[in-house]
Amino acid sequence: MHTRLCRCACVALCIVVFGEWSPGFAKEIDPSEMESLKKQITLMEEQLRQLREKVDQLETKPLRPGPPALEKDTAEAEPDDKEKRLRDVERQVQQQRTANRGILAPFNPKISLNGLFSAAMFSEKDNLQFGDHDPHVQGFNVQNVELHLQGTVDPYFKMDANVVTFLNHGDTTIELEEAYGTSLALPANLQLVAGQYFTRFGRQNWQHPHQWDFADQPVILNRIFGPDGLRGPGAQLSWLAPLPFYLEFIGSAQQGEGEIATSFLSKPGDTVRGYTLIDRPVRKIGDLLYMPRVVTSFSPTEDVTVALGGSAVFGPNATGTNNRTSVYGADIYVKWKPVNQSQGYPFVVWQTEYLFRDYQAGPDAVNGIPASRPKDFGFYSQILYGFTYRWVAGFRLDYANSSGGDVAVPFLVTLGQQDLVGERWRLSPNVTFYPSEFSKFRLQYNLDFADSRGREAVHGVFLQAEFNIGEHGAHGF
Amino acid sequence: MKGYLAIVLLLGSLITPGGLAHAKLKVVATTPDLGSLAREVGGDRIEVVSLAKGTEDPHFVDAKPSFIRVLNQADVLIEGGADLEVGWLPPLVVNARNPKIQLGQPGRIIAADVIRLLEVPSGPVDRSLGDVHPFGNPHFTMDPRNGELIAQLLSERFCFAAPGDCSIFQSNLKQFEAKIDGRMPIWQKQMAPLNGVKAISYHKSFSYLAERFKLRIVNTIEPKPGIPPSAAHVVNLVAQMKSESVRLILMEPNHERKTPTFLAQETGAKIALVPSMVGGTKEASDYIALFDSIVQTLLATVDGGIP
Repeated sequence: MHTRLCRCACVALCIVVFGEWSPGFAKEIDPSEMESLKKQITLMEEQLRQLREKVDQLETKPLRPGPPALEKDTAEAEPDDKEKRLRDVERQVQQQRTANRGILAPFNPKISLNGLFSAAMFSEKDNLQFGDHDPHVQGFNVQNVELHLQGTVDPYFKMDANVVTFLNHGDTTIELEEAYGTSLALPANLQLVAGQYFTRFGRQNWQHPHQWDFADQPVILNRIFGPDGLRGPGAQLSWLAPLPFYLEFIGSAQQGEGEIATSFLSKPGDTVRGYTLIDRPVRKIGDLLYMPRVVTSFSPTEDVTVALGGSAVFGPNATGTNNRTSVYGADIYVKWKPVNQSQGYPFVVWQTEYLFRDYQAGPDAVNGIPASRPKDFGFYSQILYGFTYRWVAGFRLDYANSSGGDVAVPFLVTLGQQDLVGERWRLSPNVTFYPSEFSKFRLQYNLDFADSRGREAVHGVFLQAEFNIGEHGAHGF
Repeated sequence: MKGYLAIVLLLGSLITPGGLAHAKLKVVATTPDLGSLAREVGGDRIEVVSLAKGTEDPHFVDAKPSFIRVLNQADVLIEGGADLEVGWLPPLVVNARNPKIQLGQPGRIIAADVIRLLEVPSGPVDRSLGDVHPFGNPHFTMDPRNGELIAQLLSERFCFAAPGDCSIFQSNLKQFEAKIDGRMPIWQKQMAPLNGVKAISYHKSFSYLAERFKLRIVNTIEPKPGIPPSAAHVVNLVAQMKSESVRLILMEPNHERKTPTFLAQETGAKIALVPSMVGGTKEASDYIALFDSIVQTLLATVDGGIP
């Protein structure tokens, strides 16, 4: 028995050593050798099974009569020893089986591809969907195809990257949505994020479109952070307070340029609130975007979790050489999920965000518009009810409005951008079916009332589908 | 000046993890089973927090921000591994900012490392097989012998993390092993009437239990892991249960009851509501009590003999 075990262990060890540590060997391995190795593993597993049966027999066998001390020793030493040896051999077999799945697999990043598609119908020729990843054309839309990579860099960092592509009226657009490293081992409860990333403002700005609970972007996020959300290259430092409850402070400095920073430097030649943007590159440290955020969370009961957050972003805008923008936000998230949940159901989630933008605009010398101080504000409030396994019903209320900056509104009308100001209400019921964690189908109806459309109802219906392949890292709360 | 110094020192002692005293080892376990095993080994020399509740599905636990705080202060994190917690644990560990519990550190204990996993897929694996676990079935704490192996691992690693208490951990381990060794023949004797009895389970949560106590689980109500039963699957199950004389339906109390009740009515099989984790029922208050309650429930279910 002992010899057989040793032989098993040696064979397993050789397989492990050569299989794990010699990629060259793996590349050149002959299929027949692989077959022979597989046979050996099968043989070893059979031997293991027999050994386990013997251990079971020993456990159930009545103790031999004899002096009490000897009886105890025999009873304890034999199964212990056998279990230990079994454990060693089993561990080696396990390692070999894992190694067979791909010798370098542990070093590969997790790779996933997520496709988000929809069919849309609108009551008006010019609809009110302005998000780049919204269903925004009549008929079929490719909302978002995201290639996500995630892996550990070294003992100190992990890295995430999202490369996104979508169709805009038949033209393919490719974006580097995010690519950033995150520290794992900074002292003093600090964490550094560096690279290109979504600004951690509020709750939804930094979610990817496939994580959204509705088919489209909330109106107020679109108005303040633009069609693609607020993101950019930069560095973020966060601190977890050493308190008995969760309290985190996040500070971020980012470049505020391009279409991904519409409230800030954005793109020269574009217009915001009717004002033409000048070419205003970053010249000093004060020209960066600065975001503070504080977030806390607690559970008033075992079934309920609450998260509260407050955020702001400050930075320059390109309607003048010294103009600045300030955005403030507050968010609340409440989730009920009973402690006897099965597969994550049932649950109820209520999420609300309020945003306010103070925009120092102009003067616009080209179009002859004097300086002004327009304000934009609004909220969305949504409730999701996972009423039975795989089914979620949702309802969202959107409100957005603006004040000030009236001098530029006529110019907005000439640009056809009047939908981006004034009062707007939107009601969005939806229902989502998740065949599995890796796919979903969503039906959503939007009932929209906007000042710019004379408060006449604008209707939209979306049927959305999502498919995910590969290994996509888990999302946070 | 002295006043300021006193305040600074006070604040310092508040924010220094562990403080100045010989602190207890702070242990976080992902599931209550692992938490209970940690208590057996650590005794009063450790503080244990279990993240998942015994009544909930361990695959679908919310990554609550409050868990980040708990993990931030942990000396040791015990996880099941084999993808049991893959849907919620990784972002928590990243955000915990705690170097001690990162992968590869002595403070990160993966129980699956010492377990012979069952149902490791042998052929090509993809998600057409459902939410399949490529490393094997992660519900391995359902075999008391596996609990013993995990306890041995915990003792080794606790000794590494708190060498001063090593003799206590080793002594606790011996006591726990003696408890299991003492209970095992009793459980096996009690379960003898169920040897070879055919059963179905809702999810593949009871494979290890079945192997240890020689139950024969011939199918699951979920046609594939995480996929709810279709009408066609239920019809096939009824036919299989009748033709193979399946007499028992094993399920955790948190699953829907409609399908199992229908199957029981159609086939005459009996439903056993069995916890698959410590805390899954009131009786399953610790690791030993979990098996006591499972055995008692099964015996009560088949009281008067297998139909």
